[in-house]
Amino acid sequence: MDSIFFGRRALLAGGAGLAAAATGRGAAAQGAPIRIGELNSYSRMAAFCIPYRNAMQLAADQINATGGVMGGRRLEFVFRDDGSTPGDAVRVAEELLTRENVAFIAGTFLSNVGLAVSDFANQRKRLFFATEPLSDALTMAQGNRYTWRLRPSTYMQTRMLVEAARGKTQKRWAIVAPNYEYGQSAAANFKRLIGSAIPGAEIIAEQYPALGRVDAGATVGALAQARPDAIFNVLFGPDLTAFVREGNTRGLFERRFVLSMLTGEPEYMIPLGDETPEGWVVTGYPWDQVEGSAHRAFVEAYRARFNDTPRKGSLLGYVTVQVLANLLNKANSLDNEVLVDALRDLSSDTLVGNVTMRGIDQQGSMGTWVGETTQRNGQGIMRNARYADGADYMFPEEEVRAARRA
Amino acid sequence: MSVEFSFLLVQALSGLASASSLFIIASGLTLVFGVTRIVNFAHGSFYMLGAYMAVTIVPWLLQIERSPTLFFAGVLISAAVVGVLGVAMEILLLRRIYKVPELFQLLATFGVVLMVQDAVLHIWGPLDIAGPRAPGLRHGVMILDQRFPAYELFLIAAGPVVLGLLWLLMHKTRFGILLRAATRDREMVGALGVNQALLFTGTLFLGAFLAGLGGALQIPRVSASAQMDLAIITEAFVVTVIGGMGSIGGAFLAALLIGQLQAFGVLIFPKITLVLVFLLMALVLVVKPWGLLGRPEAAPPSAMPEGIASPGRFCVFEKLLVALALLVAAMLPLFGDAYAVKVATEVLIFGLAAFSLNFLVGNGGIVSFGHAAYFGLGAYASGLLVTKLGMPMEPALIVAPLASGFFAALFGFFIVRLQGIYLAMLTLAFAQIAYAVCFQWVEVTGGDNGIVGVWPAPWAASRIVYHYLVLVVAVLGIIALRHVIYAPFGASLRAARDSAARAEAIGIDVRAHRWLGFTIAGAAAGLAGGLYAFSKGSIDPTLLGIPLSVDFLAMILLGGMQSVVGPVLGAAAFHSIKDVFMPLTDHWRFLLGASIIALVLIFPRGLGGAYASLRARFTGGAP
Repeated sequence: MDSIFFGRRALLAGGAGLAAAATGRGAAAQGAPIRIGELNSYSRMAAFCIPYRNAMQLAADQINATGGVMGGRRLEFVFRDDGSTPGDAVRVAEELLTRENVAFIAGTFLSNVGLAVSDFANQRKRLFFATEPLSDALTMAQGNRYTWRLRPSTYMQTRMLVEAARGKTQKRWAIVAPNYEYGQSAAANFKRLIGSAIPGAEIIAEQYPALGRVDAGATVGALAQARPDAIFNVLFGPDLTAFVREGNTRGLFERRFVLSMLTGEPEYMIPLGDETPEGWVVTGYPWDQVEGSAHRAFVEAYRARFNDTPRKGSLLGYVTVQVLANLLNKANSLDNEVLVDALRDLSSDTLVGNVTMRGIDQQGSMGTWVGETTQRNGQGIMRNARYADGADYMFPEEEVRAARRA
Repeated sequence: MSVEFSFLLVQALSGLASASSLFIIASGLTLVFGVTRIVNFAHGSFYMLGAYMAVTIVPWLLQIERSPTLFFAGVLISAAVVGVLGVAMEILLLRRIYKVPELFQLLATFGVVLMVQDAVLHIWGPLDIAGPRAPGLRHGVMILDQRFPAYELFLIAAGPVVLGLLWLLMHKTRFGILLRAATRDREMVGALGVNQALLFTGTLFLGAFLAGLGGALQIPRVSASAQMDLAIITEAFVVTVIGGMGSIGGAFLAALLIGQLQAFGVLIFPKITLVLVFLLMALVLVVKPWGLLGRPEAAPPSAMPEGIASPGRFCVFEKLLVALALLVAAMLPLFGDAYAVKVATEVLIFGLAAFSLNFLVGNGGIVSFGHAAYFGLGAYASGLLVTKLGMPMEPALIVAPLASGFFAALFGFFIVRLQGIYLAMLTLAFAQIAYAVCFQWVEVTGGDNGIVGVWPAPWAASRIVYHYLVLVVAVLGIIALRHVIYAPFGASLRAARDSAARAEAIGIDVRAHRWLGFTIAGAAAGLAGGLYAFSKGSIDPTLLGIPLSVDFLAMILLGGMQSVVGPVLGAAAFHSIKDVFMPLTDHWRFLLGASIIALVLIFPRGLGGAYASLRARFTGGAP
């Protein structure tokens, strides 16, 4: 009952927010609105980024309906497409900072875009709250004072999966990963970590198809030929669908243990449909199984407003706004140096529970869910999913110090 | 023998299945090129539309009955719908631009690509859509001790069947005979009274149908996604070029080669599948300049040269205009805001890059599809020197054009031996190879993440000072290139472009001139790339990518490639359009595509050309 009530209230709040936005900035009597620049690949990576933006708007409207931030100021996001290339993104970031006069910038999806914007932010001494790019480099070797990342990095998600494989007996592993930084570094992390979870594990085959162009038949054939006991998969999106279909037909996954990155996220799970393999251990977001009234209320409000189920992007967008609102309230200033200092070990209460921005590597402790894939009514779902708190999977502190000493 | 025979056999079959799919798509591309001479970028869009149509139509039909007949009926209907879309494109767009230079047609089809991408996102939503499996062909078939998908056995048969049907069409029907005739000599077919409009419409239908069929046949294997168009189009181009443009048999042979290369390539080099096909294309073109089964392009270039005819001098009014533009660029920091200065800096950099490309295309007749490679290599040279060796900005900027010039000379040695579309595709192949090296050589180049921290020297760190630095360097670069265009060397290049045979006859070493021209243009692009790297603070492989090469082409075409300073104007126009639309909407690609098409239709000779005819009207001279 509680959640239904909240759902309605959230809906009304959303409406009120829109109405306030329509009447312009003058409506915010308590002071000028706080504007945050959000640049992302809304066009190229629409499957993730549109639900992400939807949830951000939902969260901002809810916050504004209940009094805003920093003692009654409205929270506004200026959304911009980053063009999906570093060159375009840096120009857009410049536009947001100089022409839109945003307090700071957030967002980006692709790792190369995130890194370029991060370095730009460092050069201009402005806060960059990286939400989605997964590259370890962003908080490690190329980390800088002004860049903070929320989502669990490639290393953290790989480590969650490896931990889930602890106690298994499969020794002969094959790796298949898209041939770009995310795939390469997931594979490298896996090679490093698997031995600690399964002593004596070895990598006997590796396949790195070009992103978006997997030749599924040839790749599956090459993997099967190596006769591995288990497979570590990093493919996602269209590559994953093609790989799974080919593998199902050729029996690649039969009697083989599979660890798979991101496969449980609705963005990538929905297209698999009735081809979703049984019993893969994956990271993902089982939105229909997450406990807690706050999360249920979020799901209801999201469905009511957008007539769609939330995606992983939606969750991330909502949590982003929760953390940023908390940051603004705590810092009570738009000075970027003050904001950066306030972010250090900032602890926020969010949809996924506590999220702390660890100071040493400027990485958020937001986690993700680890579970097994299965099917229900011809749709892929996760079962036995548990939330893996990012705080337990971060880089060891001495590694961070070594990587960030520059 | 460590690898067993059954595995090799199944791997070869996988390669054949890919080859069949690739051939069906490429056959349409090669047909359309053969008859209309249009390099149809939108062919990949038709492939994508075929897949989207099929994932919409086929499940609907299968609800009636899960039968193979209805599945394949759905596939054919989807292909036919795409064929009709091809007809629409021919009637609404291509028919209006057959008379304009070939590159403009390419640009217009690229506009279609951008529009279709956003339209697909709008209609079908951003999630990938997986189609149904083919009823009756879901299972795997045991071949020796390996399981192989039945549907792929069907695909292996489909390629040769399409080849056979096309052969019958080409040899046994009047339409096919006309198609072959038009491929050999388009003018003659027209002169003999054949209704060309109908012939071209029919060709576009057939081409789009084949692309749609290729896409629709893929739905049991891959999900329909908004990225599949660009993934397939480069590969389809590679197949048609290796086979010889216009040759269907050649496309079949090339598809077989590429299919096997990929199937076995992943076993030996699992990381370089990205570049394997381009290495093969470069190799084939160096050995066989017209592809495996292509014929030398017999027809000389059209009577009216596409490019700079005779560079005129500025009149007083034009000198004033140029002075005014320079003044605005110089005074901008006084009245424009910080962002306007930033955009102006980028326009100047792109202006230099576009000018250097038109030095090749407009003045030399050397069409490059890979000019971004030299831009990117310049950026990498500067960026690596600054970040890895700690070199200051100033010498790093000097090295940028030298490094790019070196690679332009290296690649150009092979490139300038070819002609026309083959030359353009070889520039693309070398650009992709350079891209792959930057992408793959993670230890040195940082891979696709690139390298950050490429910032200017402290004295040039502010936006305004860097703007002036770029202004001075870019303008000097443009003046130098312009001087070369007016010099005897530039005139020799134009002579070689208009008639290589006559140029040879009067003692011009055509190949040496073109080689040197290519090197100069590459060096100038590298200078622009170096400036760009310092303005962004980072380098990454997108700076060498096909999209940026296409942007450069769009700039010179919008500006007008028969005009000397037009490309700078084009760079400003293109960059401004993009900058205006990007903040407005998620569908900025749609608007960018629509603007490109509108500009091609309204100013078929570019902005520079429009100005020239305006000037001719006022001065009364011939255009």
